[in-house]
Amino acid sequence: MAAQPIITVRNLVKQYDDFTAVKDISFEVYEGEIFGLLGPNGAGKTTTLEIIETLRDKTSGEVWVDGFSIDKDADDIKQRIGVQLQAAGYYPNLNLSELITLFSGLYGVKVNAMDMLAKVALTDKAKAKYKDLSGGQKQRFSIATTLINNPRVIFLDEPTTGLDPQARRNLWDLIREIRKQGTTVVITTHYMDEAEVLCDRVAFVDAGHVIGIDTPDNFIDKLVASGFERKKEVKQANLEDVFINLTGKEWREA
Amino acid sequence: MNNNNPNNYSNFNATMAIAKASLRSILRSPSAVVFSLLFPLIFIVVFANIGGGGVVVDVGVAKGSDTLNPIYKVLKQSKVIKLITKQSEADMLKNLKKGSIDAEIRIIKNSLNVNPLVPGMPQHPPFTVDVKYSAASMDKGNILKSILNSILFQMNTAGSKMPPPVAELKQETISGREYKYIDFILPGQLGFSLLSTGVFGTAFVFLSLRQTLVIKRFFATPVKKYSIVGGEMIARISFALLGAIFIIMIGHFVFGFTLIHGWITVLNMLVLAIFGLIVFMGFGFTISGLAKNESSIPPLSNIITLPQFLLSGTFFSTSAFPKWLQPISNVLPLTHLNDAMRKVAFEGAGLNEVTHQLLILALWGVGIYAVAIKTFKWEA
Repeated sequence: MAAQPIITVRNLVKQYDDFTAVKDISFEVYEGEIFGLLGPNGAGKTTTLEIIETLRDKTSGEVWVDGFSIDKDADDIKQRIGVQLQAAGYYPNLNLSELITLFSGLYGVKVNAMDMLAKVALTDKAKAKYKDLSGGQKQRFSIATTLINNPRVIFLDEPTTGLDPQARRNLWDLIREIRKQGTTVVITTHYMDEAEVLCDRVAFVDAGHVIGIDTPDNFIDKLVASGFERKKEVKQANLEDVFINLTGKEWREA
Repeated sequence: MNNNNPNNYSNFNATMAIAKASLRSILRSPSAVVFSLLFPLIFIVVFANIGGGGVVVDVGVAKGSDTLNPIYKVLKQSKVIKLITKQSEADMLKNLKKGSIDAEIRIIKNSLNVNPLVPGMPQHPPFTVDVKYSAASMDKGNILKSILNSILFQMNTAGSKMPPPVAELKQETISGREYKYIDFILPGQLGFSLLSTGVFGTAFVFLSLRQTLVIKRFFATPVKKYSIVGGEMIARISFALLGAIFIIMIGHFVFGFTLIHGWITVLNMLVLAIFGLIVFMGFGFTISGLAKNESSIPPLSNIITLPQFLLSGTFFSTSAFPKWLQPISNVLPLTHLNDAMRKVAFEGAGLNEVTHQLLILALWGVGIYAVAIKTFKWEA
């Protein structure tokens, strides 16, 4: 299958008063893939995402999303994307079902709140307030709000940070399910194991530059081929496997 | 079912979605309900009761006082005088010293012995009225003094066969609509409720939406900035109108608040309420931009609301203020909203008769929104 770019970023630069957060970044995201933006804190991942999401102005360069340019067609892009922000809150004093109704009004689409909550397994929390949800439930609810306008691409900024291993796995399943429905997913994460199992391709960003784009497998193979060896002998399992094995896969609701 | 055609996107629907969400949120927030409904109602209830009959002079009736005389009857009927009969002599003296009783009265029926010097005339007048005033309450004592003087003057002239006095005082009161204290206090409380809803509510909501990145998340949808501001304003206005109707209804049906032209007066008051609230929300927008965090909102808001609470004729008529203070209170927007409300409610004025007040409010509106545009922040 020929890879069709749904997002094209070309020579993107973001200059703040005294420092350059993004220095000439170029990459493409293909339709239907889960694409990971990886890199240390302050590398420019979030800035890059927010420029693509039309939330932040760029200094120079070009960005297209689903054929629309962020310079001219920001509103068309907003209609076609779903955005989950790092640490975003929701309107106070409303329950989940009312929040979904609010967002469907903001997107100008008609959706059934319960259907949307069913997609993220939160129907039993329809009358709960966002602030009363557990960490994993909050992230799932955020993802539900990104799906309201039936977007072509969703952006998830560190969705699994702070979650326990069960909640993390649960979220991976949800993200894979969304991709299966044909939605492209762009995700940032600090967990390399997560990127390795979840992402079709990843881009490493450091100090405002993209320093490599490939599939996780290719990256690992190339590193091994270059003669890299782990100091410790690789065991057949790691401590997280032990954690899951001991505590079970069953996801705990708080 | 989903519709991704941006041509069908309705800014009106988006605005109303925010308005609906915001109204729900306000109705569930205890502080909004307490500030805009409960506080004004408490003030109205308290002041409507203590202010009902104006001044009351507490007069103790001494033990052994004659109570079967015309003077006592007149005093008993007076609305101003409250006769206290159930206190012991010692208690009465103690209370008199404290000023919690304003005066003590003893009416003595005199014997009708004939005066030996002037045959045919009684030795004493039929009654003697002994009054003890209290230095702790001279002003009310003076009220009693003048009431007694007038009662005794009438009785003395009526009961004697003396020639008519040199001059006769004819007093007349023009009968008119009774201006009750509720007619004064309710518009003031309504105005103040609008001021606090406008300033505190608006400042808090926009600061918190900005800080919790709710607005940033909104910006990732096709919603326009004016829909966010417009939706919030519609919600706050709707809430304030519900509150105003509630306060006016309680005032009218429970405390006899005067509505000259009935529901037309109510409608005029609501129009004034919207007008005032829009101006006051300008202060809220400004403060939400200036405040660094939630804890700096109350002090900033109090700078705006407290002086108006005290100086805008919320509790006392501004004409009772000292001369040097009056120019200040005449500048404040709430003074003019209160003025207009009272004119409309009690005098039955139409909106065209309060254009002066509306103009001053409009000037405040233009000024404060010019500042708000400069200070308002969308993002943290």
